[in-house]
Amino acid sequence: MAKKEVSLTREYLKGLWDENPVLISLLGLCPTLAVTNSAVNGIAMALATTFVLVSSSLLISSMRNFIPHQVRIAGYILIIATFVTVADRFMAAFSPEISKALGPYVPLIVVNCIILGRQEAFSSKHGIGRSLLDSLGMGTGFLLVLFVLGSIREILGSGSILNFQILGDWFNPWMVMILPPGAFLTLGLLIGLSNWWNDRRANA
Amino acid sequence: MNLLLIFISAAIVNNFVLSYFLGICPFVGVSKQVSSAVSMGMAVTFVMTITAAVTWLIYHLILVPFHVVILEYVAFILVIASLVQLVEMFIRKISKPLYDTLGIYLPLITTNCAILGLALFAVLREYGFIESLVYGVGAGAGFTLALVIMAGIREELELANVPKAFKGAGITMIVAGSLALAFMGFAGLISI
Repeated sequence: MAKKEVSLTREYLKGLWDENPVLISLLGLCPTLAVTNSAVNGIAMALATTFVLVSSSLLISSMRNFIPHQVRIAGYILIIATFVTVADRFMAAFSPEISKALGPYVPLIVVNCIILGRQEAFSSKHGIGRSLLDSLGMGTGFLLVLFVLGSIREILGSGSILNFQILGDWFNPWMVMILPPGAFLTLGLLIGLSNWWNDRRANA
Repeated sequence: MNLLLIFISAAIVNNFVLSYFLGICPFVGVSKQVSSAVSMGMAVTFVMTITAAVTWLIYHLILVPFHVVILEYVAFILVIASLVQLVEMFIRKISKPLYDTLGIYLPLITTNCAILGLALFAVLREYGFIESLVYGVGAGAGFTLALVIMAGIREELELANVPKAFKGAGITMIVAGSLALAFMGFAGLISI
């Protein structure tokens, strides 16, 4: 393994910006777009995803020498689906409101490409410690994007943030921001901004 | 009449890509050329129709009678994964060029949220067998429609002068936003 010299802090931090799952790798776009009509929904979704990501990374990296190569993808998906069921039941029991708001997007975590992608690209090749850091980093990066996207859409679309009204009566909410087109437009602008910033940094 | 409504609702009014955000990855990935968009759309429609039928049977004939609805997600994803494998072998056998065009995206249909989403929505709405089937065909048609329109726009976009930072994914998202805005014109046409 030539990449052995990567430091442990780096293993965590790379998920936040340099290899951010949404902005750079363009993975997990479906939940990113679907649940960010408010900041709270975004956070809940990101936490559930991080839970599934971290637990399946731990399990898969510790079992990586036992899973036969040919059926590894099917194995990963089964493990992920099991953890998603756990997360889904947990949410339905402890916060039925959010569970209802997220609807079928919670079970859809099973097919979130971020999770399968990390298992295939990282956990199946590295030890438990590094896999834990990597999946935590990716989860945090996902949380950041969802929170920012959810906040922008909530402020512009309903004049509030985390359900607190911050803009007064003078503000005429942009309905379109909390509807599907708003999600595409905001994410497009965010991706463009992050590319612009990375270009600038690379040229400086 | 009811079946027609389900079809139109799945294909246009509640388009899977533009209003449920399902299947965004292939939507961004395979929408560079109209020809590959059409084949991807056909592959997805095919898998969707079979999935709708098979998952309905599994849900109503196995999961419900044996009280193991909690295994819903695990069972659905297994069925979808094996179906995709089957379609992959089938396409490789009958058309090598098509297989090469679809490339990496074919196995990725497994993790295409639209397929699992379809199975989940069909259960959630308590559709019967025939209704589920029509829903699957409609959702596939809607996916193909969105993908082909997008590919058409992106072929033209090649010639446009897009700011460097927005090339690729950025502009694709913004175009998708405008498309979604256009599709919202259909909202309220049918309420399901």
